[in-house]
Amino acid sequence: MHESATDPMVPRVLRVRSRRRDGPQVWTLELDAGAREQPGFAAGQFNMLAAFGVGEVPISFSGDPARPQRIVHTIRAVGAVSSALTRLGAGAALAVRGPFGTGWPMSEAAGRDVVLVAGGLGLAPLRPALYQLLAERARYGRITLLYGTRSPKEILFRREIDSWRKLTGVMIEVTVDHALQPWHGHVGVVTALISRARFDPGRTLALICGPEIMMRFAAEALGTAGVASEAIYLSLERSMKCGIGSCGHCQFGGLFICRDGPVIRYDRLREPLRVREL
Amino acid sequence: MEGVEQIVAEHPFFAGFDPAYAHLVGHCAKNVRFDPGRYLLQQGAPADQFYLLRHGRVALELSGPGRGTVTFQTLGPGELVGVSWLVPPYRWTYDAKALELVRAISIDAACLRGKSEADHDLGYEMMKRFMPVLIQRLQAARLQLLDIYGAHA
Repeated sequence: MHESATDPMVPRVLRVRSRRRDGPQVWTLELDAGAREQPGFAAGQFNMLAAFGVGEVPISFSGDPARPQRIVHTIRAVGAVSSALTRLGAGAALAVRGPFGTGWPMSEAAGRDVVLVAGGLGLAPLRPALYQLLAERARYGRITLLYGTRSPKEILFRREIDSWRKLTGVMIEVTVDHALQPWHGHVGVVTALISRARFDPGRTLALICGPEIMMRFAAEALGTAGVASEAIYLSLERSMKCGIGSCGHCQFGGLFICRDGPVIRYDRLREPLRVREL
Repeated sequence: MEGVEQIVAEHPFFAGFDPAYAHLVGHCAKNVRFDPGRYLLQQGAPADQFYLLRHGRVALELSGPGRGTVTFQTLGPGELVGVSWLVPPYRWTYDAKALELVRAISIDAACLRGKSEADHDLGYEMMKRFMPVLIQRLQAARLQLLDIYGAHA
């Protein structure tokens, strides 16, 4: 057994197999696991990725959980570490710890309508869940992806979105905050799409990932549409460091986001999310 | 009920509306259609009517020097286009353009304002339907203003 399989603090050194630009400042890295077997991951989980000499950050998986050897992360260059990671070209080495955290509750989705609400880069952590839903399409009711982002040029995974749109029983709606011509899609906040979507609120599971403000409004809009808080899951982000709930950097009230999250049921989050100091 | 009155009563905006009020509003309403690219309303023009969309999508736009035309919201079937008719000076503050063939109910604003003045119960019913729309759009505008998907988010 590989040493890091037993000690979550010991990283594995992997290399970048490919790097693809997926939007302004957004890059998707596929890592080369070589011959070494990689731990499987659940949709919604994250790895800690380290750029040597710069630092380590949590990044959600954005690839297919059915293909654990193909480790895929979509990263936006916003800070020193994420910027360094997005500059890594094919063959460059980086350190990987994980997978960590809770995943999307895919077993609860069976037999239900599933609504995925994504905002901005939040589509990346939801993509593994969508892969899983589409791979077992017959197990679920209607599948709806509502995706909001800043402008048309910032739409992630555009080619895949177009292919998902062609699938039967799958509704994909994309909206942008503002658009110059000649965009002919929706313009407005992603929560506005919720009232236009078709789902049975009493048998719907909702998965939300995006900026926290957007998630709060989306969860409330789903509640107004009749979806119970117990059927709504959010993926939270805080300053994750150790990944195993030991260091306390990502404490959120009584929760450690790296261990108890990042995916947490809304009824556990509704009150803490209102506390500005958290 | 028949004709446009029936269409008014069945529009989601008037869901649960008292049939007597639907009858009154129906007197102010007519069916309209706009081909793609045609404007339902234009900035600065008198806000003499508003539209309840039945089919097709509409883009709300603002234009400014050096910025071109920016779409800040799109609306679709079941939704309402135009709220400036509610308050003086009754002029549109943006453009609304049909993105595709649009079928809508056009409601004469002066007619409805007159009926609402004459019957405050009708006016209150109308306000109860307009206020949620206004608040939703205000909240949406706040989120857009925050630029939550920006690099700092």
